[in-house]
Amino acid sequence: MGLFESLFRTSSSNKSAALAKERLQIIVAHERGSRRGSPDYLPALKKELLEVVRKYVPVDQSQIKVHLDREGGYEILELNITLPDEEQRYGRD
Amino acid sequence: MATVIVVTSGKGGVGKTTTSASFATGLAQRGFRTAVIDFDVGLRNLDLIMGCERRVVYDFVNVINGEANLNQALIRDKRVENLYILPASQTRDKEALTKEGVEKVLNELKQSFEYVVCDSPAGIERGALMALYFADEALVVTNPEVSSVRDSDRILGILASRSRRAEQGDPPVKEHLVLSRYAPERADRGDMLSVEDVLEILGIPLLGVIPESQTVLQSSNAGVPVIMEDGSEAGAAYGDLVDRFLGKTLPHRFITTQKKGFLKRLFSGS
Repeated sequence: MGLFESLFRTSSSNKSAALAKERLQIIVAHERGSRRGSPDYLPALKKELLEVVRKYVPVDQSQIKVHLDREGGYEILELNITLPDEEQRYGRD
Repeated sequence: MATVIVVTSGKGGVGKTTTSASFATGLAQRGFRTAVIDFDVGLRNLDLIMGCERRVVYDFVNVINGEANLNQALIRDKRVENLYILPASQTRDKEALTKEGVEKVLNELKQSFEYVVCDSPAGIERGALMALYFADEALVVTNPEVSSVRDSDRILGILASRSRRAEQGDPPVKEHLVLSRYAPERADRGDMLSVEDVLEILGIPLLGVIPESQTVLQSSNAGVPVIMEDGSEAGAAYGDLVDRFLGKTLPHRFITTQKKGFLKRLFSGS
């Protein structure tokens, strides 16, 4: 790079790669999220799990949370069911 | 068993065909029986880059449709032993590529070749999906530019979800990044994404960096894969890339700014 170029280069004009990287990181993370975050079968899985659990314990839709995570080569299916208090349960005995 | 490698990118004009031609030529030069297939049905160009456009008689679609057998359609390269080209059809559209048809041709090629290189068309339509469906490994060609990097990421998503390996639950397609049209001085100046930037975003191993070079256009003008211009930077970079693919550990060349000449050093004060 010549003297002329180094003299007249402004600091704002040479940051475009950093801007590109930042924009890419955001859009790529967003697109990966929508692509991989929630597979098609999750809603159906959630509904069926809820039906099974309801056979034994009264829980409603909002008390079951299904979450799929990807870490390295693993997929982690996280299932979280909040059971109601003791007195609200079906009396089985 | 033969290895099927797709050269893909999503975006057009990033150097898929240039890479396919040089990669296949490099494998053949190193003694491996290699076939390279043009999946860009309707817009064939691999034949031109390989310099065999006047020898095309039958094409990929003819073989799929049983109008010619594979040996009639394969063009033997005149310069490099062990190298064969299966050109795309110019008159059909990409719907002619059926999964069964492509599988049949690939299986037949796998009998007599060690490497089958699939040159994918741009986009994520049928031609591109068929080119990557049967792949064991993928060369993802990317330019250091926002739209190319984003499209490469989409292609990586498709490789991970819609390839045969993904559908059958086999080990995933092995991914390799080929960063082409790289200009180290522009990356140093901060107006081009650097090798590290692209690696950080895409997160796949780097197979090679091909520097922006006038030789690429000159060799495509002449119909000679640029890897055969081994005196050129781009040619040497492709040579390294092939060696790395075959297991050699080589440092990446042409990714830092070259030594400055006397005058430039004088004026930049370093």
